[in-house]
Amino acid sequence: MLDLSSLADRMSAQRHEEYQDDRPAVDQHLEELSLQPRPLDLAAVRAQLRAKTGKQYWRTLEELSGDPSFQELLHREFPRQAPSEWDDSVDRRDFLKLMAASLALAGLSGCERLPEQHIVPYVKQPDGLVLGKPQFYATAMPFLADAIGLLVESHEGRPTKIEGNPDHPGSLGATNVYAQASILNLYDPDRAQTATRAGEIRTWSQFVEAAQGVAATLKATRGEGLRILSGIITSPTLTAQIETLLSLYPLAKWHHWEPAVGDGAREGAKLAFGAYVNTVYRPGKADVILSLDSDFLASGPGHIRYAREFYERRKLNGPGATMNRLYIVEPTPSVTGASADHRLPLRASEVEPFARAVAEKLGLGGSAKVPPAAEKWLAVVARDLEKHKGASLVVAGEQQPAEVHALAHAINAELGNVGATLYYTDPVEAHSVNHLESLRELCADIDANKVDTLLILGGNPVYTAPHDFDFVSKLKFDQQRKRKKIQTVIHVSSHFDETSEYCDWHVAESHYLESWGDARAFDGTVSVVQPLIAPLYRTHSAREAVGAFTDKPGLSDYDALRERLKATSPSGDFEKFWRKTLNDGVVAGSALPPSKPALKFSLASLPAPKALSEDLLEFIFRADPCVHDGRFANNGWLQELPKPVTKLTWDNAALVSPRTAEKLGLTQRVALRGGEHGQILSNVVDIALSGSKVTAAAWILPGQADGVVVLPLGYGRKRAGYTGTNKGFNAYAVRHSDALWAAAAPASAIQKTGDNYPLACTQYHFNMEGRQILAAGTLEEYRKNPAFAHDDEEFQKKKKDELTLYKEEENPYDKMQYRWAMAIDLNSCNGCNACVVACQSENNIAVVGKEQVMRGREMHWIRIDRYYGNVKANVGDPRAQDESLDNPETFFQPVPCQQCENAPCEEVCPVGATVHSAEGLNDMVYNRCIGTRYCSNNCPYKVRRFNFLRFQDWETPQFKLLRNPEVTVRSRGVMEKCTYCIQRITNVRIEAEKKNTAIPDGAIVTACEQACPTEAIVFGNANDPASRVSQLRAQKRNYTILGELNTRPRTTYLAAVRNPNPELEKA
Amino acid sequence: MGFAVLAVLQAARSPYMTRQNITREQPVQFSHKHHVGDDGIDCRYCHTSVEISAVAGIPPTKTCMNCHSVLFSNAGYLDPVRESYRTDTSIEWVKVHRLADFVYFNHSIHVNKGVGCTTCHGPIDQMPLVFQASTLLMQWCVDCHRNPAPNLRSMDKVFAMDWKPGADQEELGEKFMKERKIRTAAELTSCSTCHR
Repeated sequence: MLDLSSLADRMSAQRHEEYQDDRPAVDQHLEELSLQPRPLDLAAVRAQLRAKTGKQYWRTLEELSGDPSFQELLHREFPRQAPSEWDDSVDRRDFLKLMAASLALAGLSGCERLPEQHIVPYVKQPDGLVLGKPQFYATAMPFLADAIGLLVESHEGRPTKIEGNPDHPGSLGATNVYAQASILNLYDPDRAQTATRAGEIRTWSQFVEAAQGVAATLKATRGEGLRILSGIITSPTLTAQIETLLSLYPLAKWHHWEPAVGDGAREGAKLAFGAYVNTVYRPGKADVILSLDSDFLASGPGHIRYAREFYERRKLNGPGATMNRLYIVEPTPSVTGASADHRLPLRASEVEPFARAVAEKLGLGGSAKVPPAAEKWLAVVARDLEKHKGASLVVAGEQQPAEVHALAHAINAELGNVGATLYYTDPVEAHSVNHLESLRELCADIDANKVDTLLILGGNPVYTAPHDFDFVSKLKFDQQRKRKKIQTVIHVSSHFDETSEYCDWHVAESHYLESWGDARAFDGTVSVVQPLIAPLYRTHSAREAVGAFTDKPGLSDYDALRERLKATSPSGDFEKFWRKTLNDGVVAGSALPPSKPALKFSLASLPAPKALSEDLLEFIFRADPCVHDGRFANNGWLQELPKPVTKLTWDNAALVSPRTAEKLGLTQRVALRGGEHGQILSNVVDIALSGSKVTAAAWILPGQADGVVVLPLGYGRKRAGYTGTNKGFNAYAVRHSDALWAAAAPASAIQKTGDNYPLACTQYHFNMEGRQILAAGTLEEYRKNPAFAHDDEEFQKKKKDELTLYKEEENPYDKMQYRWAMAIDLNSCNGCNACVVACQSENNIAVVGKEQVMRGREMHWIRIDRYYGNVKANVGDPRAQDESLDNPETFFQPVPCQQCENAPCEEVCPVGATVHSAEGLNDMVYNRCIGTRYCSNNCPYKVRRFNFLRFQDWETPQFKLLRNPEVTVRSRGVMEKCTYCIQRITNVRIEAEKKNTAIPDGAIVTACEQACPTEAIVFGNANDPASRVSQLRAQKRNYTILGELNTRPRTTYLAAVRNPNPELEKA
Repeated sequence: MGFAVLAVLQAARSPYMTRQNITREQPVQFSHKHHVGDDGIDCRYCHTSVEISAVAGIPPTKTCMNCHSVLFSNAGYLDPVRESYRTDTSIEWVKVHRLADFVYFNHSIHVNKGVGCTTCHGPIDQMPLVFQASTLLMQWCVDCHRNPAPNLRSMDKVFAMDWKPGADQEELGEKFMKERKIRTAAELTSCSTCHR
């Protein structure tokens, strides 16, 4: 059992101690097997006894009751050491027969000749397509109130890899996890492939016919019964189409519901300026940033660019360099919070009083009561903000209420930041409305029988609407009135999901990689969506579905886009403009101009904030960092992606802080372990909230504010496809419209059920066991001693012959033309995971599933280790008695294969499957590997991944389109690891050799490097003194992990440096 | 036991396994002997991407129709070609030179450094139907990678069908190695050169 108080004592007394599981072994075994301990069935026992005749001997009641888990225990002599993978129903004789036969055949199996294969060329090869060379097309991924500009790599007419578009202002060449993983959504075999009506397949023309029929009746009533429900739409073309529809049917209404984006930002702008306004930040220009529960570096519109700008100010290029400073108050650890120089855990409802107190300190009037812990903290923050007028920034989180946003606007105005570190524009989203009210109005209209046609564009309202709205009843048959509430409901979505079940028509929606369209980015830039492939199935876009109700149902997306661009483009040669726009991916000059809304807000006008009593728990809802609001639930890459801070996969959990867990009696325990990974058995709790109930596994998260329970959205889906169904718990089930983001309830609302649930966590353990794997320090430390990361001075001084038995005259790599190396800046890595998914996409890495992740067999070639570091004082706070558990500093460290020059893995391979290339890279030759796994055993960094089973899916035809043809697809029994994207190195080298030139710096970009929003990973030639990687390696804060083992890794790290405010430092 | 091992190893190198010198049946009896030997068409007319890309490319049906829409436009054995063009269905050629999926061979670098087509593919201009002239075993590739000089030609002879190394090949080879900055044997035999 995790004994928190003694653990806290041990941690503060001794820095490095490993958590030991020291219960008796028997208990552990039993618990592992009977994970859901069944109550003993005495009736069965009695039945058995009655049935038996003669003398019977039995030792336990379980044996008699026929409890299957007990039977299993009896079968396995070593349940912990050797759990069987396969059905162990083969008996000994059969086993020996099989072995003998396979031994006899084994010799012959190696001699199979390659089966006949066909080459199938084109009939008419498309212009410009060179077989074997990929093409890149600019497009964009519309995502909520943003568009992520992309360059998509296409092999022989099918998209295989997504990259950022360097010419796009929002992505600057980088991507996030959703963009990288979206390609798997394109090839998702569970996608809806055709339109259906009441479950039966229909053609598109049949849908159009039906739509035209509905349109005819609507014309008579001027569209009185027509309603459209959509999420956030930024596409000018789609907006124009909907507006055309609305002008045809003036009495129709357009409603919005976006479950994971709050109304706070919109309503906050309205409160502050009297109108809806979009805010664009320029974090690069800010010296001091205060985040009020805003995860602006990892989510929200523009976060890729914001991350780039922000971390640009933290790249220390020398002792004289300066850093910006980030303060954050948040209820639960986020990616942005992990990078903060100062972090204050506050409950979500305490953020508003905090903001008011800051405003008061800055002279804006008003007053507020804050917890004593926050008093000194906010005084220092306010002073720091004031010192940097015009170069500071206050950002409010999307889930915070309007008041907090208005306060942020007021504070920014007071500090003179407007026009410098942020600016305002007209809203990027079309048709800004309060989403909650919009959905409420729609539900009211449906109940009042005012709606007879409902068109749902995307989204999944049955799953995501607040439970008190009971949206599903709106789509069902009304028993009282003996008719359906809504005559015709049409759902346009990519999957046949929870909502589609109750709709008359389901129109299969095209993926953005198969469609023409446009979308506005966070600053208003119109980004063009260009298809990479013709629709795989009989799918159509939302715009076409809307168009089916108008006078021009046959208008294609391509024509609609061109029409709109023609109307809004500069005069002159349209074709030239069209081609340039498609090439760039953006419409030049379409960013929204800055506007200057006048602040109409005064603190005095705000009602007093409702204080949440200390003995009530606060349940907050957050979009999940992997599946977001649930739309990516069926995406295997995102399901298996370890969440940045919790490192959980395949599940969500109710997150609680250690102290709150103690109060509630919640514990967790490590069960099976595969190194640091494993299966964590967590208490299952029943949560009764707002009149509804849900059962969830709990998870203890250091750094979370006390008295807060986080319920991540997006899981517990009932109809998401093969991968996403029935994973985790459904937080939407307890989400009430009155408390959409934070709900208060007494501690009794959360009750232990007594069960345990296994959670797959890839990093439970967060200690470095005394080794300097991650080096971190403060800016002051760095300035005093830039080489603070080299605590291995002893090692550095040792002569080479003291370190190794091998005679080495000189390092052969010193004189080579190319010496590939990688430098990872820990000051820039914020743990966003984009590199992990990018690598998975580029290198055909398989998804292994929850069972295997629990055994530590996830296949990610690059992993992000999350470390909790030294304590930062939470000054004077009686609550924060032990900061190491309550508010630790968090660091992320991406660990790919270190490509050691002196690789320990190479020396132990019995068959020479992993050898050193002439350029110093550690090559992995899959065809030679026989699977001894000695290399992985010897690797001190544990970066080698073994295919214990055939994790790849050979059968599903769509995945054959997905895979990158440049990289071998591995089968069972071979070891794999990061190769520094050898396929990219080779391709660039071949091109350079053909021209007889040297490879310029930056020509080779590894997949992880390309995806990283903050440019934390830099790859290049270490023997070229002018290359970026050489310059980074020359920096004093450059160090190697476990360098003292003399592995001489090519991957080096730049130590993390935080910039704490000396006024807040512990004395 | 040792004999058995040797037998298996030899069997693995036999033409049965490597398909060397075995003429392959194709859906259309395309004769390189006629087109290249008699008509003198350059390799690159059809195999267009050999100098730029990893794959040389089998030509699309349109390339055949460039000539055969007017020449032999009624010939019987061109029926499948016309059919393909008419119905927009690709011709499914049998792959003669098949390497394992974990081998990544790049044509363009070889051709650009002076390795001629016939060096690996044999006397194509004398083949009425293509057969694999070399074993394509890794040993065969590595032999050249360890010492490319004997196989390098002057750039104007790369696509010539009749090239044979002359008496001065050793000298010429060394010269080409230097001029074209061909990498050392150690670099060329690194596993990652071909295996990814």
